[in-house]
Amino acid sequence: MKLQLNGAMIETQAVMLDGLLQEQGFTGAKIATAVNGEFVPAALRAAQSLNDGDRIEVLAPMQGG
Amino acid sequence: MLDFYGTTLANGFMLGTAQYPSPAILADAFRRSGASVATVSLRRESGQDRAGQDFWQMIRALDVHILPNTAGCHSVKEAVTTAHMAREVFDTKWIKLEVIGEEDTLQPDVFGLVEATRILTEDGFQVFPYTTEDLVVADRLLHAGCEVLMPWGAPIGSGLGLNNLFGLRAMRAHFPDVPLVIDAGLGLPSQAAQAMELGFDAVLLNTAVAKAGDPAAMAEAFATAIRAGQLAAAADPMEPRDMAAPSTPVIGKAFLS
Repeated sequence: MKLQLNGAMIETQAVMLDGLLQEQGFTGAKIATAVNGEFVPAALRAAQSLNDGDRIEVLAPMQGG
Repeated sequence: MLDFYGTTLANGFMLGTAQYPSPAILADAFRRSGASVATVSLRRESGQDRAGQDFWQMIRALDVHILPNTAGCHSVKEAVTTAHMAREVFDTKWIKLEVIGEEDTLQPDVFGLVEATRILTEDGFQVFPYTTEDLVVADRLLHAGCEVLMPWGAPIGSGLGLNNLFGLRAMRAHFPDVPLVIDAGLGLPSQAAQAMELGFDAVLLNTAVAKAGDPAAMAEAFATAIRAGQLAAAADPMEPRDMAAPSTPVIGKAFLS
């Protein structure tokens, strides 16, 4: 299916959020996730199914003031 | 008073982590500053370069308290969602809550700020609200659950110092028992000293250090000024007056004219 990962359209074989994160190179990373603007806690990623056109945000620590 | 939600800080210096010329200079600036709190943020991560992971390792090594922000959020929903994501990533209840209402000044949307504060406080967050010196707003924030207030000194990144001395002084007088932090707008150590002399408990700054020619030296300068201001406030400064009052005793002065 096609979906947006951090604003970029991608094609994925994953059907669940945790699978997408593994597929896209986030294994073991310190990140937080949201699907279609809603926060998805780490504990719920394995239960979060993905649909065509979903907007996925993967955020990590960054410099801030 | 350096107690923030039950956490006692070693000093009143909160320093941002953005805009430094290099990670090494950032780390050096923190060492020289002795700052007790580092502000951080969340941004999109790439699965290829994983830049955020290296940054996180460096920040952890600083061994300071972490205060994540919701910088760049313009709506309550955005800010609340970002706060939840920050709590998971940084493993802290602390959140520097920014709900920006105006682009030119980055002035907080105080209406959204109060609403977001209420939502987050009910969810167990400990909110550090980036606000104005408005006393009514401050009161609403306290009622919404804040135990700390962070009025701006001047617009973020402006370096203008304390724009509204009257308002800030009134805030300190009106809320004598609430920890108050000047957040944003400081450009020089003397302005930080002034904030502490007014009785503020801490200052939070970033650009003034990161954009200095020598960030580490400027960090130390700010640390020294903050300490000086804090000592001065505790030493009970004299009351200013309009007319001169000779400091040298006149009694016993020779008659020589």
